[in-house]
Amino acid sequence: MTPVAVPEDVLVVGASAAGLSTVEALRRKGYEGTVTVLGDEPHAPYDRPPLSKQVLSGAWEPERARLRRQEGLAALDADFVLGDAAEALDIGTDPDAAIVRTASGRTWRAGAVVIATGARPRQLPRTRGEPGLAGVHLLRTLGDAIALRASLSSASRLVVIGDGVLGTEIAATATGMGLAVTLAGPQHSPMADQLGPLVAARLAQLHTARGVNLLLGDTVSGLTGEQGRVTGVRMSGGEVIPADVVVVAIGAVPNTSWLEGSGLRLDDGVVCDEYCRAARRVYAAGDVARWRHESLGSSRLENRTNATEQARTVAAGIMGEKVRYAPVPYFWTDQFDVKIQVHGRIPAGAEATIVDGELGAGRFVARYELGGAVTGVLGWNMPKQARLRRREIVGSLAPAP
Amino acid sequence: MNVAVDEDKCCGAGSCVLVAPEVFDQRDEDGIVLLLESSPPEPQHAAVREAADICPASAITLREDT
Repeated sequence: MTPVAVPEDVLVVGASAAGLSTVEALRRKGYEGTVTVLGDEPHAPYDRPPLSKQVLSGAWEPERARLRRQEGLAALDADFVLGDAAEALDIGTDPDAAIVRTASGRTWRAGAVVIATGARPRQLPRTRGEPGLAGVHLLRTLGDAIALRASLSSASRLVVIGDGVLGTEIAATATGMGLAVTLAGPQHSPMADQLGPLVAARLAQLHTARGVNLLLGDTVSGLTGEQGRVTGVRMSGGEVIPADVVVVAIGAVPNTSWLEGSGLRLDDGVVCDEYCRAARRVYAAGDVARWRHESLGSSRLENRTNATEQARTVAAGIMGEKVRYAPVPYFWTDQFDVKIQVHGRIPAGAEATIVDGELGAGRFVARYELGGAVTGVLGWNMPKQARLRRREIVGSLAPAP
Repeated sequence: MNVAVDEDKCCGAGSCVLVAPEVFDQRDEDGIVLLLESSPPEPQHAAVREAADICPASAITLREDT
């Protein structure tokens, strides 16, 4: 790709963590051009991790999930255009700019465009024409969290469909709110994909001990309802689990449909090179970006720190620096009184060794090795100790096959 | 520059320590941020700004006017 001079204006499409972080990193690097941020939601940038925890439980007012105070946003000298979704990107017409058109019909020209449109929750397959049932929720946005909280306040039985990070967090939070919770999912232990069998089994114990009904290793075949309202979840064997409220948390799909026809390569995300460039003048960051990690190969990460770190690489690219994006993946989850931190990866078949604390004692660090290389470390109520071992992964990320 | 941390928001990622180890640390017992220097000297400012921006829980706030 031909390098582009530092552009006079940058358009960031997406006003969540990745979009905001791009603007901040640009300004930190001294970028003085015009910056515009387009957001489809009406809200100023807010944080998503608290939605399934503090915002859902009511421990925080929704306002507390804001990523920056008003004065912090104002100091960025960027124009936030909210409540108007991007609908199309044109990189073929104007040789000097990329053009974005929004739902309201406005168009924006910019010397560089950053795609940070995130992902949307995957829905349960629905028979064509079948109406949706009241009491069935997804959780992605602040509005979703507020609606789910309202729904739970008058309910007693919740079924969470999905045993990944989001589903298990919601199950833990709702249990703390006094609901009778069933967690249904296809894996044999909650978050087995992300945590490996050893710690996922420990997490299953935790949820069971706190009263969550784990219905795992089974698939959901559908929902039952009466008069337009959900009444239960039907499992593949025919059993129906009664529910007043159902949350579907079965993963997310990158928001790329607005880019169809743009000429960009889309393949479960916007396909980028190792510098997070999708095309001349076009970059991507956050959940929506699929890029070439020099050690891990084609990657797309849906986690909070990735949004920020990838944004930093994108800002560097816009400023003309050549920085390859090769992070150590990281995520955390807080469930009940347990904080889990994972640095690196826990691939299938990795061997776990407890290197700090004790598995049964409520605090430990596990290190994961595969083929002689350390691929990841996991902390269970030992965030600092896990982070200190992060350096054991750096440099030993398994090379791409 | 004045630095403030919100322990209630902190998620224990330790991103701040990786970027500005002379200003931030984590508590041994629960990983929550420890502010070592609430008015860091000028040479630390760039790293502290970056730490505030990249904190995945937005738990660090700065006042630049002091």
